[in-house]
Amino acid sequence: MNVVVAMKQIPDLQQIRIKNRQPVFDDVPLTFGSIDKNALEAGVNLKENGLADKVIVLSAGNEDLEDTIKEALAAGADEAFLILGDDLNGAESSVIAQVLTAGIKQIEDVGLILFGEGSGDNYSGQVGSRVAEILGWPQVGYAGAVKVEGNKAVVTRVLEDAEEVVEVSLPAVITVVSGINEARIPSVTQILKAGKKPKEIVEEDELDEINKDALITTVSNLAPESDRKRVVVKSTAELVDKLKSENMI
Amino acid sequence: MAGILVFSDRTNLALEILTAAGVIGGTAKVLVINNDEQAQALSDAGADVYKLSNDDISLADVGQVAEVLKEAAEKLNADIILLSSNRRGKELAGRLAQKIGAGCLTDVSAINVNGDKIECQRNALGGATVATQYINGDKKVIAVSPRSFAPFAGSGGSINEIDITIPASTVKVLEVKPKAADTVDIAAAEKLVIVGQGLNSKDDIPMIEELAAKIGAEVACSKPVATDKKWFSEEHVVGLSGKICKPELAIILGVSGQVQFTVGIRDAKVIAAVNTDENATINTMADYVLTADLHEVVKEMNEILG
Repeated sequence: MNVVVAMKQIPDLQQIRIKNRQPVFDDVPLTFGSIDKNALEAGVNLKENGLADKVIVLSAGNEDLEDTIKEALAAGADEAFLILGDDLNGAESSVIAQVLTAGIKQIEDVGLILFGEGSGDNYSGQVGSRVAEILGWPQVGYAGAVKVEGNKAVVTRVLEDAEEVVEVSLPAVITVVSGINEARIPSVTQILKAGKKPKEIVEEDELDEINKDALITTVSNLAPESDRKRVVVKSTAELVDKLKSENMI
Repeated sequence: MAGILVFSDRTNLALEILTAAGVIGGTAKVLVINNDEQAQALSDAGADVYKLSNDDISLADVGQVAEVLKEAAEKLNADIILLSSNRRGKELAGRLAQKIGAGCLTDVSAINVNGDKIECQRNALGGATVATQYINGDKKVIAVSPRSFAPFAGSGGSINEIDITIPASTVKVLEVKPKAADTVDIAAAEKLVIVGQGLNSKDDIPMIEELAAKIGAEVACSKPVATDKKWFSEEHVVGLSGKICKPELAIILGVSGQVQFTVGIRDAKVIAAVNTDENATINTMADYVLTADLHEVVKEMNEILG
């Protein structure tokens, strides 16, 4: 079976500046969310342990994706399946879920689809669940461990107060938590070789029946106002005094 | 006004969502699945509870629970479904929304009704911004962040039975392992001492714990200290993919202040930041800033506080 890892192209959050409470995206490079990288690592681990044939990274975004995807191919994915469309960067979960599902249907012998539990930017956590519903597959979210045994997966779901070990039949959708592994950092050689790995590229308008009705309207998206005192203290004693004067300690 | 259906596997979160339902208006009904104790507690708090008892249902099977909620919403004439944005609720939200053709917002921390629009606030861009969004269309799924609303307290609740038949779950639960007894709830703590990557060594943790004990705080950390260094378990992580905390006091030691972290602590009442870098981002969101080595500061604080 093949493992599909769905990854989202997002702006590098460290490089977003805020001006007049508005995020500024000029010259901010694109990358993948950090938990997406853990999902990829989980897929590559399955392959390295002989439990998957190929790891195919699946992503939808604007044309920059052809370059961004090298990062995933260098980190161990065998192939990429890209769906390109100008309006796909930042498109809402319901649209992306349909687009990704259309891609998955074109990939052979998919046994498992891995997602990060939430994207690095919006962290809404909807797309994996929506894809599972469209496909009618079982799902396990928040996986801290994934084992494949024949046509079943045994997955440890990490909840707030407990860990739940569940068995699901394949094919299935799994979303992972960052604690599942430490994602590898590709070497320079791997990055150079990544450009030569196979990529299948589909234009969004070649896909059938994507319902693009907006289900969400964004009224505003602003940095929160901060009214902190920002008092610079010179010593530990002064800090203690300040906190005491506020009845905090 | 549209009917509202409330569901959470957690009683305390269900109570908070009932308060959120009150902000939206309309009549809220609560679905309780295989949990008599929860049904009683919610009814005692004044909620109209619809109790579903069916051993074929497993909360671990998100697809099945989504189907149950869809049917319950149809039977109870609810277009708006409010869930908790804990992990169970968040996983369920997307599946349910897809099933009923609804728009969905998760991690909603505030709700404001503006005419016929239910405007919801949630963090965006990794926490750098707060987005105000509303769902178009009649069908809506909203997952409400824990601790964003006070627990509901009313009177005149009721317990009703609801019957939904559904094929048995295909997701098999092999084992449930409760987390270790040292589990802390940093999101509920009044005070936090939070360490970041400025902490030199695991051997320095005892003095951090000593400081926390002296001021009645819990110890928390930034994500890399838990996931990369593994000095703390995941329950201690403050931030977007950790806990969103709103303590009275946060003493933040050796944290640079990336947004994915600060989103988890920016609602603290008082923030003190100790960092060797006087230009650290964390200093811009602190009430008291001390540019110094955290190890020295903690030793001195422990001495001063006796």
